[in-house]
Amino acid sequence: MSLHNRPLSPHIQVYKPQLTSVLSIFHRATGIVLSIGAILIALWLGAIAYSHEIYVSLHEILSSFIGIIFLLGWTIALFYHLCNGIRHLFWDVGKGMEIRAVYQSGWLVLVATVVLTVIVWTVGYFACGW
Amino acid sequence: MSYRSPLARVIGLGSAREGSAHWWWQRLTAIALVPLSLWFVFSVATMTGACFLDIYAWLAQPWTATLLISFLVCLFYHAQLGMQVVIEDYVHREGYKIAYILLVKFLSVVLVIFSLISVLQIAL
Repeated sequence: MSLHNRPLSPHIQVYKPQLTSVLSIFHRATGIVLSIGAILIALWLGAIAYSHEIYVSLHEILSSFIGIIFLLGWTIALFYHLCNGIRHLFWDVGKGMEIRAVYQSGWLVLVATVVLTVIVWTVGYFACGW
Repeated sequence: MSYRSPLARVIGLGSAREGSAHWWWQRLTAIALVPLSLWFVFSVATMTGACFLDIYAWLAQPWTATLLISFLVCLFYHAQLGMQVVIEDYVHREGYKIAYILLVKFLSVVLVIFSLISVLQIAL
């Protein structure tokens, strides 16, 4: 019996990507990214408390071009997971589960993610001139 | 109609023996993390131009330390619960599944203790 090589439902390789399924997998992906990011928060706090040298090198890495791209990705992941998480909390109490509402809240999450990311980076940009 | 015995319904813990505890704590930490993570990100964003001592002084304030510890506890608990679900869904070999879940649990406990000690070291 060759049970093992059969395609698994829901056959994602032939399945048309839809907003609902794409946002669902984004929620997981951003959750994994944020879990890795949490390790960096622990490292950052440890460096502030115990090692000024590690803090300085961490600051240099995060201020570099690649560091900024990484931080940008991190904030997008955070705001997406936060907004879509609120969407999930509404579903948990049985609200907004009609197809139309699911698509509307999905687009709302994407718009809110962009808006919040722009706001936090604008705040960060202007705070640079302390 | 339900096919569950009256005793099973009263105990209500299901086959995992923990009932809805995992689901519930994931939601509870999620609700707490909405204001806490917004506070953390916007606080850090306002300090992009701050020097080391400014950040140190900010962390040393009692309210900062209190909110930060709340944030860290919820963050690592929520991350552990979420990663557990991901592992349960995608790792199919039982031994590896248990090993990865234990690894994530131990790692999140060590990281939350380390970050709390760091915050307390600064704040106290």
